[in-house]
Amino acid sequence: MSGSQCTLRFTVNGENCAVQVPPMKRLLDVLREDLHLTGTKEGCGEGECGSCSVRMDGELVNSCLVPVLHAEGANIQTVEGLAASGTLHPLQQAFLKYGGAQCGICTPGMLMAATQLLSINPHPTMAEIREGLAGNLCRCTGFIRIFESVIAAAHNPSTDQGAHAR
Amino acid sequence: MSTNAKTRIVGAPVPRKEGVDKLLGRARYVDDIEREGMWPGATVRSTIPRGFIRSIGFDRRIDWAEFAIATAGDIPGKNHVQLIFADQPCLADGIVNHCDEAILLLAHPNKHKLREAVAAVHIEYEPLPPIFTIEESERQDVIVWGADNLIKSFLLEKGDVDSAWENAAYIVEGEYRTGAQEHLYIENNGVIAEWSEENGVTVWGSLQCPYYVHRSLLAVFDLPEDKVRVIQTETGGAFGGKEDYPSTLAAHAALLAMKSRHPIKMVYDRMEDLAATTKRHPSRIRHRTALDKDGKLVAMDIDIATDAGAYSTLSSTVLSRATLHSSGPYVCPNVRVHSSAWATNTVPYGAFRGFGAPQAVFAIERHMDEIAYAIGIDPIALRRKNFLHDGDTTATEQVMRDPVILDQLLDRALCESDYHAKRARFATGNPTSAIKRGMGVAAFFHGSGFTGSGERYLNSLAGVDVTPEGKLRVLAANTEFGQGTNTILTQIAAESIGIGYDDVIMAPADTGIVPNSGPTVASRTSMVVGRLIERASLQLVAMLREHAELGEHFNSEEFFAASERYRTAHGEVVSLCRYEAPPNIFWDDQKYRGEAYPAYAWSIQVAQVAVDSVTYCTEVEDFWSVQEVGRVLNPVLAGGQIEGGIAQGIGYALYEKVVLQNGHMANNQMTNYIMPTAEDVPPIHVFFEEIPFRYGAFGAKGIGELPHDGPAPAILNAIRDATGVGFRAIPLLPEDLFAQLTACESVEEAAAL
Repeated sequence: MSGSQCTLRFTVNGENCAVQVPPMKRLLDVLREDLHLTGTKEGCGEGECGSCSVRMDGELVNSCLVPVLHAEGANIQTVEGLAASGTLHPLQQAFLKYGGAQCGICTPGMLMAATQLLSINPHPTMAEIREGLAGNLCRCTGFIRIFESVIAAAHNPSTDQGAHAR
Repeated sequence: MSTNAKTRIVGAPVPRKEGVDKLLGRARYVDDIEREGMWPGATVRSTIPRGFIRSIGFDRRIDWAEFAIATAGDIPGKNHVQLIFADQPCLADGIVNHCDEAILLLAHPNKHKLREAVAAVHIEYEPLPPIFTIEESERQDVIVWGADNLIKSFLLEKGDVDSAWENAAYIVEGEYRTGAQEHLYIENNGVIAEWSEENGVTVWGSLQCPYYVHRSLLAVFDLPEDKVRVIQTETGGAFGGKEDYPSTLAAHAALLAMKSRHPIKMVYDRMEDLAATTKRHPSRIRHRTALDKDGKLVAMDIDIATDAGAYSTLSSTVLSRATLHSSGPYVCPNVRVHSSAWATNTVPYGAFRGFGAPQAVFAIERHMDEIAYAIGIDPIALRRKNFLHDGDTTATEQVMRDPVILDQLLDRALCESDYHAKRARFATGNPTSAIKRGMGVAAFFHGSGFTGSGERYLNSLAGVDVTPEGKLRVLAANTEFGQGTNTILTQIAAESIGIGYDDVIMAPADTGIVPNSGPTVASRTSMVVGRLIERASLQLVAMLREHAELGEHFNSEEFFAASERYRTAHGEVVSLCRYEAPPNIFWDDQKYRGEAYPAYAWSIQVAQVAVDSVTYCTEVEDFWSVQEVGRVLNPVLAGGQIEGGIAQGIGYALYEKVVLQNGHMANNQMTNYIMPTAEDVPPIHVFFEEIPFRYGAFGAKGIGELPHDGPAPAILNAIRDATGVGFRAIPLLPEDLFAQLTACESVEEAAAL
């Protein structure tokens, strides 16, 4: 139920936001409904598919499992924040070139998981890539071209800069 | 004919047309779209598998005046989903035939109140006895569909099977079973609908076939063609799961829009999508095969039974494709295939990538290995002895006029996978290892496009026009849902005309804008619709040369300048083409004889598995896929199709189990319906051999479904190689391996379990 509302403040993609919402509202719904950032997707609503992955204070979270009150004061990054400079992030470039996105519905979450991975491990091994993306389901690609995209982005010198930009 | 011509854009790894939008998160899927005054809609579903609806009660604690409510009685036209047979109601009317069948619809501006209200509708039933299995349906003790539960049957006969057994050197029999499989597109089914007296019904949705939905809505609302408009939104995966179901969901949302006078959004959550929408048909396939002393096939007697669920949906055509793929890529003088689709009280099974072929290919390719072991011949050698070649005839007596290069594909697959050396090495190492390794092969074809005369009936129309803004626009109802329609059709148009990839855009898949170029199914888009776009593009160039002084050689600028001259003088710059069947395509629907498909894509897949004899887990360690799909139009997209299909095939074989309890899917969550993750997929090695097909766009044949057909038998053949036990049913979970392997070790112990 909707219940009482409260005002919460946090940063999304570098911008300060204040929302008046029920404190138990899912961060996913706040992003999509209140902030109109619909790049973040819902696939299962129970933390299995990773489509709703966003980065919150340097951690990868399933935004469908985060009550928005937990986001108070947090620094959140969504897919909309990846190309903030106006050019595609190296991961986005690599996904485009190597076929890492097909239907695109898992792509925002996958990009956030890959960004997270490269931010803590700029040159991951194949096993580390597989583990880093294991919480994000893709039904189209069989993951192979997503792995290739991540490897390519890791070899792109501008990736480090991009990953640490926020 | 352009199949062998040198090309710039066709065959190049140009980036996905809508790729940037998807990567930036700005692609608009249906749930991302808001309409002024829109209400969410919800569905009240049956909780029993079969019975009469005796009453519908509304909890008095809810103020129902706030809600829009729709039942079967509110349907202005026919209460039927229009597909092949009109047996499935949009909303149950007096009787339910499966759990989770839609009975009543609700809409309210507040989604929380709506959820409470769904639980506050109380339906009383008078239960009828349900049936849940093929065997119960065949027994016909309880009739749940028509006069006999039999939704469709086919009989295909070549030669004289009955006389063949007597002189056979070997007769090998086997029964093979496949389970249901869920599409698990990451975006659930969803639509938005609007209704008005003046404009009729408009639907936006995640769907594959705008004109299927259009046709269904015409009948449900009893409206003329121009009063129904269907627009595809960006679609987050489909795989066949958005072929027929959106017709039902669109009708639901449109009914609520009519009742509420508000736009209605209905987007299923995962549990509802899993419980209520179609899955792949479970099957039971029996083979009885006669061979001569050299291992040549003499006769194949095949019996196919599929579980269709409660309504017919696409079960007849799925059964048709299963029938036509059941004897494999082999030559056999005497073949009989008898196939039946049986009704049960489960959610209707429907289209899923492969469309009956994965079931059929699983059975024949497992059976070929069982034959090999039974008669003491190498599985590879057995296949080679019996492969189809140019000039041979298939089970439907279709002469293979185009090159068939199965031997070449097999050689490549064995070489790339180092099959023989590995198999020998594993055979030496396995006895002393807890991890048993093995290699398995599957050989198969997939018929491209609609079966038999299907493409003639579809009579597709597609084309191109030039927009006032100076873009060439592809006009086709074929939808993009990840497989690459936008990119491929754009490449074809750009190449055919000789302009840049960026000079071409796709018209939205909107029945108000694009002609009916047929559904986006059956691996037909590149080959059939692509060819229409190619022809229409060439026709446009000829038109501009004749009427607008377009020169023999021209660049993009000159092309668009000529288009503008044409527009000024003659009006709209548009070129449409209608389907023309390739010559020599004859199909007898009654006898099931003739050219079953205009073209076939061919593949050999090799699986390497490791079976842990302690945990009974199977890991696919490595996978190779060699295929001939005609000309490859975009290597990145084509590779992605093969890899994605294989990953789904691995899930089909080893992970994905639909558990039914009283006909309801019990594991309707991603927590307990398990698909392969990034940690489960093996390295997948993809190789194409290209033989351009004369009648496909730039030589293309179908590709999308092919890769899903082979992994399950290749993997189970590898498990046979690793363990010495031939498993005959999928999904093959660790507990199934445990049960059968321990039973083989000790029959008595297994009996006690």
